[in-house]
Amino acid sequence: MTDRLLDVENLRVSFDTRTGTIEAVRGISFTLGRERLGIVGESGSGKSMTGRAVLKLIRPPGRVEADRLAFGDTDILHASDREMRALRGRHISMVMQDPKFSLNPVMTVGAQMVEALRVHERISGAKAQARALEMLEEVAIREPERVLRLYPHEVSGGMGQRIMIAMMLLPQPEVLIADEPTSALDVSVQLQVLDIMDKLVRDRGMGLMFISHDLNLVAKFCDRIIIMYAGRIVETCKASELHKAQHPYTLGLLNAVPDLEHPRERLDVLVRDPAWRAAPSVSARQ
Amino acid sequence: MLTYLLRRLILVLPVAFGVSVICFLLVQIAPGDPLTAIMPVDATAEEQSAMRAAYGLDKPLPVQYAIWIGNLVQGDMGKSIATGRPVAAEVFGAVQNSLLLAVSAAVIAFPIGIFLGFLAGYFRDIWIDRAVTAVSIAGVSVPNYWLGIVLVIIFSVNLGWLPSMGAGPGGSSEWQWNWLHMRHLILPAVTLAVVPIGIVARTVRALAGDILTQDFVQALYAKGMSRADVLRHVARNAAATALSVMGLQLGYLLGGSILIETVFNWPGSGFLLSNAIFQRDLPLLQGTILVLALFFVAMNLIVDVAQAAIDPRIQRT
Ligand SMILES: Nc1ncnc2c1ncn2[C@@H]1O[C@H](COP(=O)(O)OP(=O)(O)OP(=O)(O)O)[C@@H](O)[C@H]1O
Ligand SMILES: [Mg+2]
Repeated sequence: MTDRLLDVENLRVSFDTRTGTIEAVRGISFTLGRERLGIVGESGSGKSMTGRAVLKLIRPPGRVEADRLAFGDTDILHASDREMRALRGRHISMVMQDPKFSLNPVMTVGAQMVEALRVHERISGAKAQARALEMLEEVAIREPERVLRLYPHEVSGGMGQRIMIAMMLLPQPEVLIADEPTSALDVSVQLQVLDIMDKLVRDRGMGLMFISHDLNLVAKFCDRIIIMYAGRIVETCKASELHKAQHPYTLGLLNAVPDLEHPRERLDVLVRDPAWRAAPSVSARQ
Repeated sequence: MLTYLLRRLILVLPVAFGVSVICFLLVQIAPGDPLTAIMPVDATAEEQSAMRAAYGLDKPLPVQYAIWIGNLVQGDMGKSIATGRPVAAEVFGAVQNSLLLAVSAAVIAFPIGIFLGFLAGYFRDIWIDRAVTAVSIAGVSVPNYWLGIVLVIIFSVNLGWLPSMGAGPGGSSEWQWNWLHMRHLILPAVTLAVVPIGIVARTVRALAGDILTQDFVQALYAKGMSRADVLRHVARNAAATALSVMGLQLGYLLGGSILIETVFNWPGSGFLLSNAIFQRDLPLLQGTILVLALFFVAMNLIVDVAQAAIDPRIQRT
């Protein structure tokens, strides 16, 4: 496999509704290597839809179109249901926005982790259980044996998020799509979970698509950043070069955050220019 | 789980007591004197009061209740005024027949209801869903005694395929597991199944539709699971609630089949009950109502315990 894990060209996601077609993602292009790619944008800018489209997990009436949508040599766009199932979880995994609701409420954590593994591998229940236990230890969960026997409503938010990460990494995928994996957590737990995820992703040489609306967090945590606005990419840059950002929307996002070293009386209000909406998407292919 | 079971069992006692009081009183409230039904019209006042004393009807109500309960716990439910036979034997024979009918209706109704409900919940808002909804609304709304009569006209009178009366050939009420007897079961069971088909289908449709929109379903697909796998998860989530609805339906089927049993002359508890009412047969009436009510209480208990066993979110202590 080459280092180009995902290749996305001119991706569009649209919803046909009674009142017309809503375009959630309007022709974006990017690639993902063995790197950490941050996707930032305000609510409704199409971040989640981009992540889901990669796994073709958009429910009707949503439609996914693209000139190219590929995982390595596999054409996702034209893959059959069966091929998609072999891809999902095994090669490309996704941690959804809210962990607590991502687990089946009437099954134990252990049963769901074992199941995630056994969908893709022919291994015994005992072996799968052992792997799940190891994985829980890797995400720094204490007393993993006990946690395996818990039901989702018995775990805390932070624990739930780490369980989800552990579960999704269990079949050792090459790509992880993390959709605001920490937005429901408080700040200290947030950083802890991010550190764990960061370490796992780097140790395994995976590609990470990190979706967030927190530009500063993404800048700290990722190699490359894509800024989305109204379903398009308005800017893309290396995280280390964020200060060189040009687009007024990016600057607006940066200025809307307080800076402890240079306190200001008032923070800037984000002014949106209708022209941004119409401007063509910037390519984030490398 | 064991403590939960014990606690639920203990809670049943006051409920059962309340049920027995209500059964006893309800019958007292009903108009009419049971003695007029069995005494000759020209009976003298002495004869009447002698008869009254023989059945213990001359004592104050609380004493009557105490005697009734006292005998009840020893398995003696008194004697039927109309036939003179022990109430216990009459009631249990009839309840067995009703149970047979109710369970047969449930065996027909529940799988069909579950299947239709799943289908509608999965294909929500397209024609399949609409068709199932129409069927279930029709099933719940059509008066089932009327449907019973229509079925009799079609299958017994016009086609002559199935018998329309009784639980066996020649009006026998002794049930046997053979085709001659089972033929008699088909029409009443099918008629009785129509309402629970509608109710179960609607319940399962709402449950499945609701569960399918939950986030964890998307997470299941993201794990690489197939549609069949996902439906298995949905079924597991819906099981507890669906089961409780079906348990209560079974309770209704047993107690609520008076009309159907009357239409088909089915020698069950409903049939017995309507006879007891018309004949002002107090002991029989009390006994039948009590057994049916206690069955309902037991059904509730089973449903609660089963639900707690299946659904981890329910407090089990
Ligand atoms: N079922 C749907 N029907 C119509 N439009 C939809 C549907 N689902 C999503 N959309 C549209 O897609 C757009 C993008 O949604 P998306 O979930 O990708 O936003 P997001 O960037 O992830 O926002 P957030 O930060 O709030 O999660 C939304 O503006 C919404 O209007
Ligand atoms: Mg989102």
